[in-house]
Amino acid sequence: MKKKKKPAGLQKRKAISGYLFISPFIVGFLLFMVKPLFQSLYMSLSTVNVSTSGFQPVFNGIENYKKAFLIDPDFNRLLTEELGKMVVNTIAVLVFSFFVALILNQKFRGRAFVRAVFFLPVIISSGVILGVEYDNTLLAGLQETIQQSANSDTSITAAIENILVTSGVGSRVFETVFEVVDGIYDVAISSGIQILIFLSALQTISESMYEAADIEGCTAWESLWKITFPMISSMLLVNVVYTIVDFCMRTDSEVMEMITEQMTLYLDYGFSSAMAWIYFVIVGAAIGLCALFLSKVVYYYE
Amino acid sequence: MSKAAGKIKKNNNFWERNRMSEGYLLKKTVMGICVRIIRAFLLFGMCFLILQPILNKLSISLMKESDLYNPLVVNVPLHVTAANYQLAADFMGYGKAFMNTLFISLSIAFLQIAVCTLVGYGFARFKFPLKNFWFACVLLMIVIPPQTVATSLHLHFRFFDILGIFKATTGSTLNLRGSVLPYYMMSAGCMGLKNGLYIFLIRQFFRNIPFELEEAAYVDGCGTLRTFFSIMLPDAKPILTSCFLFAFVWQWTDGFYSSMFLGNVELLSIQLTRIADRLGQYFQNVLKIQGGASIGYTNCIVATGTLMVIAPLLILYLFVQKGFVESLSSSGIKM
Repeated sequence: MKKKKKPAGLQKRKAISGYLFISPFIVGFLLFMVKPLFQSLYMSLSTVNVSTSGFQPVFNGIENYKKAFLIDPDFNRLLTEELGKMVVNTIAVLVFSFFVALILNQKFRGRAFVRAVFFLPVIISSGVILGVEYDNTLLAGLQETIQQSANSDTSITAAIENILVTSGVGSRVFETVFEVVDGIYDVAISSGIQILIFLSALQTISESMYEAADIEGCTAWESLWKITFPMISSMLLVNVVYTIVDFCMRTDSEVMEMITEQMTLYLDYGFSSAMAWIYFVIVGAAIGLCALFLSKVVYYYE
Repeated sequence: MSKAAGKIKKNNNFWERNRMSEGYLLKKTVMGICVRIIRAFLLFGMCFLILQPILNKLSISLMKESDLYNPLVVNVPLHVTAANYQLAADFMGYGKAFMNTLFISLSIAFLQIAVCTLVGYGFARFKFPLKNFWFACVLLMIVIPPQTVATSLHLHFRFFDILGIFKATTGSTLNLRGSVLPYYMMSAGCMGLKNGLYIFLIRQFFRNIPFELEEAAYVDGCGTLRTFFSIMLPDAKPILTSCFLFAFVWQWTDGFYSSMFLGNVELLSIQLTRIADRLGQYFQNVLKIQGGASIGYTNCIVATGTLMVIAPLLILYLFVQKGFVESLSSSGIKM
């Protein structure tokens, strides 16, 4: 460019300015993501000695990975628990946010207020505030005492739970559902963004489709599954990915806490990186599987 | 059918119209009322579910310690007191921490959104080789947990150096742990909290602006930069406000990056996590009470502190609720 031979073509100039626009990202990505990523991969394969002059990783093969899977007593258990919770949570959040979005898309008095309330958790239950509420083991103890003193067996939910469990049909499934219902607060506060995404998708569906279906004698229930669901299925994929990422990256997840603890408390950088990599690969695989499976189901209009 | 009947005889009452539609009108009206009642119940329940913890914290924070153990006091405090707020403010160093948090959140949010806008615009409106590859990198960045790279970033900034310049001149590397500089550098490189998400959203927005607008500007002799600043940016105001608010709020409550890179700055989010310990120490060392503060009272002070941290955000949310919700949903997130 500087030699001023002749002005470069428009395509080339646009390509250059495109690169200039995204250059901050490229620099940041290489410096603060790629380099540390490779470094942590290398560290996970070695023992790291930290001294005041610097840090020397000494290569030791897959020792750290062996330690994570075979020696450490907690890691396997925490990992499987976390993945199980992830599956249940993702399904719960998706179902919840889908139906809430359906309701919020209708017209009724006070809709703006209700929308504001549902979106409130995104603002206030993020980051450290969630951690404070749940880190408080003392509080949990207090709650238990309160629950014991108020004999909770007489509540309606407990009675229904009893009937359903003793009915003998798939009690394992029921138990999972009860867990979700008991934890409805967690589901509600972690589905703000998902509701919003579904809502914006619902608003793009043209009214005439429903009218046509109505005239042809389609019931509301049928048009929900035949029109609404396919039309927003592409957003389903986005939401699944977002939910999984959001759930696994929250700082108060037990695996995350273990990784941070190993690093900051015990200064065992190698082991901590190895665990982080295992976690990342597994979560990435889960997202990939979901995306692969869902992209077969998703219907693209246009 | 009922509509047609209604038009013919306007003064027909409801039952007559119902008879003419063979019971359809009654069925429809009853169904409509039922749906509205059920919906109202559901919405009330769920709104209460979300608001209850905040209301609960509010009532607890106004109670005296004796009220906490009084079984007759459930939600409305018997002795209203502001002493808890005073105590929590002292433990957190509220005034100073508030100013620090405000400054850091504002500057970080501004920097992040400025850079993300540039990058998002670049991805949306230019064709260049390897574009898809770089965009895949953005998506990858959203998915990689920051904890994976945290370890080596931690060491990277502990022994910081640019191409060995510092090592050569002063003989040792720079220790940037505990200073705010690393986080600003990361933000300038789009590697802050959830920056991939902002890039993604901003790109989606810019993609939907018609190309004719841009071409007209080019034909009229606008350069690339001028087109960006005077044609594109004013259009993107709603999405940029949204992203800015998110960046601000999430930075405000963030614990991970703050404790990782801003450990020495007194921030509200960090102070909040330490409030319980400080209360215990205060009880043991100043009031000389063995065993520290009681469970209930610790809980009460933590609730008060949490309220004080989110109060500015709540007030902000009340005023710019539209900026958070409406503009994001109207921007139309499309894949």
